[in-house]
Amino acid sequence: MLRITATNICKRYHDRDALRGVSFVVGPGEIFAYLGPNGAGKTTTIRLLTGLARPTSGEVRLDGRDPLREPDAKRRAGVVAQTINLDQELTVAQNLDIHGRLFGLPRDERRQRARALLDQFDLSSRADDVVSTLSGGLRRRVMIARALIHRPVVLFLDEPTVGLDADIRRSIWGMIKAVQAQGAAIFLTTHYIEEAEALADRVAFLRQGAIVATGSPAELVAAHGPWACLELAGRAATRFFPSREAALAHAATAHGDITVRRTTLEDAYLETMRAHDGDAVRRPDAAPPSRHHPHGGGL
Amino acid sequence: MIRAAWAVAFRELLLMRRRSGRLLTAMAVSPLLYLITFGHGVGRFVDVDGVGYAAFLLPGLAAMSSMTQSFALASDINIARFYWRIFEEIQAAPVPASSYVLGEILAGMVRGVGAAAVVIGLGLVFGLRGHAGPVFWTAVALNAFFFANTAVAVAMLVRSHGDQALLSNFVITPMAFLGGTFFPVDRLPAWARAAVDCIPLTHASRTIRQAFLGQPVDAWRLGLLAVMGLIAFRLAVFLTRKAVD
Repeated sequence: MLRITATNICKRYHDRDALRGVSFVVGPGEIFAYLGPNGAGKTTTIRLLTGLARPTSGEVRLDGRDPLREPDAKRRAGVVAQTINLDQELTVAQNLDIHGRLFGLPRDERRQRARALLDQFDLSSRADDVVSTLSGGLRRRVMIARALIHRPVVLFLDEPTVGLDADIRRSIWGMIKAVQAQGAAIFLTTHYIEEAEALADRVAFLRQGAIVATGSPAELVAAHGPWACLELAGRAATRFFPSREAALAHAATAHGDITVRRTTLEDAYLETMRAHDGDAVRRPDAAPPSRHHPHGGGL
Repeated sequence: MIRAAWAVAFRELLLMRRRSGRLLTAMAVSPLLYLITFGHGVGRFVDVDGVGYAAFLLPGLAAMSSMTQSFALASDINIARFYWRIFEEIQAAPVPASSYVLGEILAGMVRGVGAAAVVIGLGLVFGLRGHAGPVFWTAVALNAFFFANTAVAVAMLVRSHGDQALLSNFVITPMAFLGGTFFPVDRLPAWARAAVDCIPLTHASRTIRQAFLGQPVDAWRLGLLAVMGLIAFRLAVFLTRKAVD
């Protein structure tokens, strides 16, 4: 089974560091989610991993092979780009067929896989429709179906549910989980923290081109404290506590609109980003940033 | 390599089929206007080396049209690259740069040869018949080969659709008018003839015209077109490999 390996990758565009020493490994059957604000370097990472960009330094490997030097390394990788990059003037079936051809699938296998995926993604009735006539949600489904036609064992999903209704998003989550169940290594970037929480085995928080925290959703939450007290009056603030009782005791002494609840990944994300707000931008040759950001307790 | 190249060409051919009405109209309109204006308007009173001007003009238009249509591939690649981002879908596939270029130039050549066929068809409507045999079509194909390769190279080099339009205005349009489409270049002064001999279209239009008028063809010009096409192919492959961020 294939794995994705990034080793200390840096990417510099003109005078701006888009990525600053990012390293991770995504193994078979694992979903690795990348969370970060706009411009943090999520899409740049996917472009490097899929051979659309060349790292300034560091190494990208798909099962030990460089996708830029060895195009064949991409044979078992699927990509769902952030933008809808389907051929708008061609039909759904033609888009799937061309993708199968690009990945060297024989005719019979192309047809059989296209039929199966159109069924699985509930697109059979639209197979002969021109893509430009489809809604945004249907186009996203076509993008995912297309990326799967050659049975990839590595899947790159760049904000696959951006701009979609909640129900369509949930159905796409189900599709992603089904692909994971078949043993694929999945690299997912998203703005939706609940999406990472629902899907990912491991999550990395990316800020200004560097990973500032990584771990399972439970580990990232535990690093701050399992209970959160949200003070919504004035300048919204969150405090973390080791127990519900401690959180309630704090709430009893506080004024204004207070909510006590279990810490979510979103709380952990916002707190981690806030804690790194004052960080100076590191140079690519600087030591990598600390990984887990311990913020237990809160009192 | 061949299978991947065919996948790229197949996509372009499907798109061409989808746009066939628009494409055929685009291939026909300019040559038709030139034939009416210069061929039957001005040309009725002019002979070139004993050949009626309309008959002289027609193979020149075939050369020019095959050049502009095969070079128009650059715009399609450009739109696919910068607007629809479809080029990234191909880059993310296990398609070597040489296969990509081969696929695109195959499609460009189909377009260029098709454009010449439309011009010859228009000639028949105007009662202009010539020798559109194997040598004629070989010259047309080599012309399309060179300009399709140039189109891919240019599409990889430019950074926006605006740059693309600029290049067409400053390179292709002057070439169309100076490359022997409308007048015999050997009537030019020696210095000007040397300059227009540097234009690939000059050699293409001359051999296409020689073949169409049943005159002996300068075989070296066909060889030159083939060599220039191969150089452009190598350049296109090199630039496609470099077309990553």
